[in-house]
Amino acid sequence: MIRRLAFVFCSTLLVCCAAAAQTTLNGAGATFPYPIYSKWFSEYHNQHPDIQINYQSIGSGGGIRQVLAGTVDFGASDGPMTDDQLSQAKTKIYHIPTVLGSVVPVYNLPGVSTELKFTPQVLSDIFVGKIVNWNDPAIAKVNPGVKFPNQPVLVVHRSDGSGTTYCFTDYLSKISNDWRSGPGKGTSVKWPVGLGAKGNEGVSGMVRQMEGSIGYVELIYAVQNKMSYGSMQNASGNFVKASLDSTAAAAASVKSMPPDFRVSITNAPGKDAYPISTFTWLLIPAQAKEASKQKIILDFLNWMLDSGESMAAQLTYAPLPQEVATKVRATVKQIH
Amino acid sequence: MNGSLLKARYQPDPAAASSPLAETTQVPRRKIHLKSSRLADAGFRYLMLGCALSVLAIVVLIVRELFLRSTLSLHAFGLKFLMTQSWDPVNGDFGALAFIYGTLVSSLLALILAVPLSIGVATFTTELCPRILRGPLSYMVELLAAIPSVIYGLWGVFVLVPILRQYVQPFLAKYFGWTGLFGGYQFGIGMLAAGIILAVMIIPIVTSITREVMSAVPTAQREGVLAIGATRWEMIRVGVLRNARTGIMGAIILGLGRALGETIAVTMLIGNRPEIAKSLFAPGYTLASVIANEFSEATEDLYLSALVEIGLVLFAITLLVNIVAQLMVWSITRGSARRAAV
Repeated sequence: MIRRLAFVFCSTLLVCCAAAAQTTLNGAGATFPYPIYSKWFSEYHNQHPDIQINYQSIGSGGGIRQVLAGTVDFGASDGPMTDDQLSQAKTKIYHIPTVLGSVVPVYNLPGVSTELKFTPQVLSDIFVGKIVNWNDPAIAKVNPGVKFPNQPVLVVHRSDGSGTTYCFTDYLSKISNDWRSGPGKGTSVKWPVGLGAKGNEGVSGMVRQMEGSIGYVELIYAVQNKMSYGSMQNASGNFVKASLDSTAAAAASVKSMPPDFRVSITNAPGKDAYPISTFTWLLIPAQAKEASKQKIILDFLNWMLDSGESMAAQLTYAPLPQEVATKVRATVKQIH
Repeated sequence: MNGSLLKARYQPDPAAASSPLAETTQVPRRKIHLKSSRLADAGFRYLMLGCALSVLAIVVLIVRELFLRSTLSLHAFGLKFLMTQSWDPVNGDFGALAFIYGTLVSSLLALILAVPLSIGVATFTTELCPRILRGPLSYMVELLAAIPSVIYGLWGVFVLVPILRQYVQPFLAKYFGWTGLFGGYQFGIGMLAAGIILAVMIIPIVTSITREVMSAVPTAQREGVLAIGATRWEMIRVGVLRNARTGIMGAIILGLGRALGETIAVTMLIGNRPEIAKSLFAPGYTLASVIANEFSEATEDLYLSALVEIGLVLFAITLLVNIVAQLMVWSITRGSARRAAV
């Protein structure tokens, strides 16, 4: 009996020691990059078995709140923090862009097999509620040769607050006066028309079910669900279909990258740029609670830039363009 | 090992009990028992008091927290919060009226659909059902309660909504369109879908409690009513349902409570549009849904505070509904007591 107790005691001690040797980092935030982040963190753990990075995809808003409260070692967000939020922080918070995503208009229009084209004007008119039927001449004008049915337009949008909505409404605010002065940009907005569905899967599900509907989802969802999505006319006047390349082109075409990387790349000027694209950021506090953790975070960021970025494409995220990656590397060097 | 010890202690050995030695040792032991049982009694009483008070403490703490966290919004909007239906996170303009309306209407719709059905099922299982069927039928109803609400939501999106859109809504619009309740564009998704899914979700709880209450009515009541020449229906109406109505009321209140707070399934089906529309085909929004949808991404303080105030409003509505229901139960039972006295 005593021998058994001693054995249990010793083994518990051993387990405790092993656990103590392992460092755990905690992060929380955006849901959009969750698949790539969890892949990165598990790969990084494989290479550094003594380091465990936990990431909770609680949403960008939650990530920002937790970083401000100092309850996590790092945060993540699909939208940059506002100046107001940054001023609440106890320490400087770095925005480190990790990958890029894009948002595509998906639609369900039976009888129309050609891929639709959208101009900024048409897209904003649909979401503002000015275009209410698919046979509207404005749509036909940009899609010559397509015969549109007499079918009411049903707008589907996200009901939950999301970075996807932020990116989409950020774009609409840039290209449409109606939108800018009306709903504006945000993770949730007051939608002029339409139904709300929860999550990318909710929107894509509803669009697939309802004839005449149009919504917006992240590129990866449209690809996975084999949904038809239209090409968008970008700032240079070209119609561009969302893809990893056209998303990266949007990031590369930003003329002046601010030093803190808080930049919106919607409606980017590049010739091949897809206009509804966005960075997603890790939020790294300049001063970690423990110096040892800070070292690990920096090591991870360098690892991400060296070998992590190449994993992005297989999960349908666009990796950072070379010039952006170089700038990010320089910034990571500045963090102590 | 422990098991055998217990047995030795609690199963008195007949041989030992009859021996004089055992009798003499039993007397002091009983004394000790008396003393310790008094202590145990007091201890038990305080323990139970603690349990009861903890419930009270939890409620008070919840209300306190809700108030504290919604101060910003309470100050900014005051009573206007309850009377406007604008919900604009970007411009920081918040009003809860559309959500209150959506919550009440969807729950009311659920009650209208679920209560008659539930009472019917309960009546059948207790009064009319062949004995062999009774067990399986009750089991099936309770099984409904075990289904997670997200499954109801998915079923609603993929099965119920297409049926509503293709068959039910055109039918309702054609024959009952004149009421004004069934007009407008037929999405399938909307207040009607939410009400129906809520009805399905509260049927188990209303049915099983109603059934328990009805089977608790003494058989003598039934026999008495039958003896004075009542038909089976009259027996059920006068002998059973009337006696069980307080309990049935309670069952309905519990069902209503569940309907008011149900979140995920409703979010998936109601269309999430903060607008008050007369038509049941139109999308709506509920208090619980807006919290679930927007809380995780709300970053501005006022926005968060408004969402917490929504929680406070939901709390108040649930409380209010319960109080009203209690009053109704109370007035019914008082009425019957007076009748009994006469």
